[in-house]
Amino acid sequence: MLYRENGQFKNSYRSDLAIFPILQDRIAIAALLAIAFVVVPLAAPEYLFRAILIPFLILSLAALGLNILVGYCGQISLGTGAFMAVGAYAAYNFQARIEGMPLIASLLLGGACSTLVGVLFGVPSLRIKGLYLAVATLAAQFFVDWSFLRIRWFTNDSSSGSVSVAGLNVLGLPIESPVQKYLFCLSFLVVFALAAKNLVRSHIGREWMAIRDMDVAAAVIGIRPVYAKLTAFAVSSFIVGVAGALWGFVHLGSWEPAAFNIDRSFQLLFMVIIGGLGSIMGSFFGAAFIVVLPILLDSLPAWFGIPIDTALASHLTFMIFGALIVFFLIVEPHGLARLWSTGKEKLRLWPFPH
Amino acid sequence: MGFFLETLIGGLMAGMLYSLIALGFVLIFKASGVFNFAQGAMVLFAALAMARFAEWFPKLLGFDSRLLANLLAFAAAFVVMIAVAWVIERFVLGKLVNQEGITLLMATLGIAYFLEGFGQTLFGSDIYKIDVGMPKDPVIVLESTLQGGILINKEDLYAALIAAGLVALLTLFFQKTATGRALRAVADDHQAAQSIGIPLKRIWVIVWSVAGMVALVAGVIWGSKLGVQFSLAQVALKALPVVILGGLTSVPGAIVGGLIIGVGEKLSEVYVGPMLGGGIEIWFAYVLALGFLLVRPQGLFGEKIIDRV
Repeated sequence: MLYRENGQFKNSYRSDLAIFPILQDRIAIAALLAIAFVVVPLAAPEYLFRAILIPFLILSLAALGLNILVGYCGQISLGTGAFMAVGAYAAYNFQARIEGMPLIASLLLGGACSTLVGVLFGVPSLRIKGLYLAVATLAAQFFVDWSFLRIRWFTNDSSSGSVSVAGLNVLGLPIESPVQKYLFCLSFLVVFALAAKNLVRSHIGREWMAIRDMDVAAAVIGIRPVYAKLTAFAVSSFIVGVAGALWGFVHLGSWEPAAFNIDRSFQLLFMVIIGGLGSIMGSFFGAAFIVVLPILLDSLPAWFGIPIDTALASHLTFMIFGALIVFFLIVEPHGLARLWSTGKEKLRLWPFPH
Repeated sequence: MGFFLETLIGGLMAGMLYSLIALGFVLIFKASGVFNFAQGAMVLFAALAMARFAEWFPKLLGFDSRLLANLLAFAAAFVVMIAVAWVIERFVLGKLVNQEGITLLMATLGIAYFLEGFGQTLFGSDIYKIDVGMPKDPVIVLESTLQGGILINKEDLYAALIAAGLVALLTLFFQKTATGRALRAVADDHQAAQSIGIPLKRIWVIVWSVAGMVALVAGVIWGSKLGVQFSLAQVALKALPVVILGGLTSVPGAIVGGLIIGVGEKLSEVYVGPMLGGGIEIWFAYVLALGFLLVRPQGLFGEKIIDRV
């Protein structure tokens, strides 16, 4: 009854191209942003920020980046963790070696370095396709893991690649308390999500989707595969790199290469698939699902007062996690974003049958 | 020269073991188009089952022969793997027919998580031993022709022989039996196979069971080398470059790819590794495979990819 587009006419190109064409959507998004920026910082307990909200924001950003590559351009990548690591370590180097480097500049430069590495490892995608490419991107993962462990220069001569940052501040404002960290990440996420949404609606996003749907056909109608694939790798690894830098700087504070290992890559791919391939919204759903689920599973036995030893609990968590992933893939192979849009379609008609 | 040969032979034998795991990937990909990331978890699961059954049976049934215990445990573990294959077909893949490759890949990752958790819940998560009486002592050959001779690890040699035997057996099974022919038909074209009356579902269960058996053999060999523990599941990551190097659809490719990766890894470790600071074997295999793929995108023996609009 309430959610309906009747009477909202599009009488200019501008309104036709709006991201949220329906008034109710615009109100909902504005309310969501207001809650995220104002209500949550005032109301949420500290544990929530540390354990759920900050990881959720950063991993959503990374999933967003990966979704551009996998969901929009159709190039499966299992090396996301590597690009995050490049972003984090490059940003660390800028921060540590250059006196008085502004935080935001180092984060973005970290993303830029990640872009270079991403394009480099994206070059094989011009020749290798599909699952072969997926396995080939593991080369990036293992190579980058190894170089941060072994090549001292990258980690400013620290042993075993463990580095730490302290005293973060933006324009004199410290980023110390969980609330400040939360707001910092949230601002990044909002800016990048808006940029990504606009990018995939532009001509370049359409080229990516054409390449995804069938690259030979796309090449025949005049889309340059080299350009489309490499820009997808570049944009994706830039966003992923910034997310990696945020993960290291803001969430962890001190980290070593294991923070960005292959499990991280799989985790991000899970987010993208469970959330929905080729959907900006889906990245958020996926990240929320994958971040919250393990925490929920861990704390379930305690809530019900079942005494269970930790080893068994972790095995059970593995089992349930695996089973739930399979379950979701069977129920909705197109991800949570599809469920969301089906729900919205239903809501438009409700309570009438047609 | 002797040292070079020693490294080469060591590499060939390690490569044989990689092929064994790669074989599991190829079998399943050929028959059902699923890139089975759970192969490593299956190796772990099978090895855990084998190790624990070999421990439990003598206690339960009150006999004292290690050979009998191992045989019984192997049979029981095989039955367990068939059950796993059936469950996977019935509850996962059967429901995901006609989905995209990446969705299936993620489903097998889900299966991998499940199997890792389930195996360790059921069988325990300590380090277990599989003792099938593999000789541990090294032998020295060719002492007369080369100074110092060549040191060969007997255990590796037996393992490589078992792997080679298994490959031969599988080739016979695929080429000579009716089931093998049906499997090849399904691999060739699902629809055509179904239309001439080959039951797809049963074929998939059989393929997953065969892959389970390969996983069991791989698990026994690797398990007796390294001990049965969680890290066994990571062995699959070593086999992935082998699979893409040889071609996802080719059984001979898995063997040749395994040998190339095994030799390349060992030689690079010895001759290139010290220059780069060591520990390079983890990525070297992938970079090697990547190099080969740039020349032949479908792997060495994979079917030629023909793009049509």
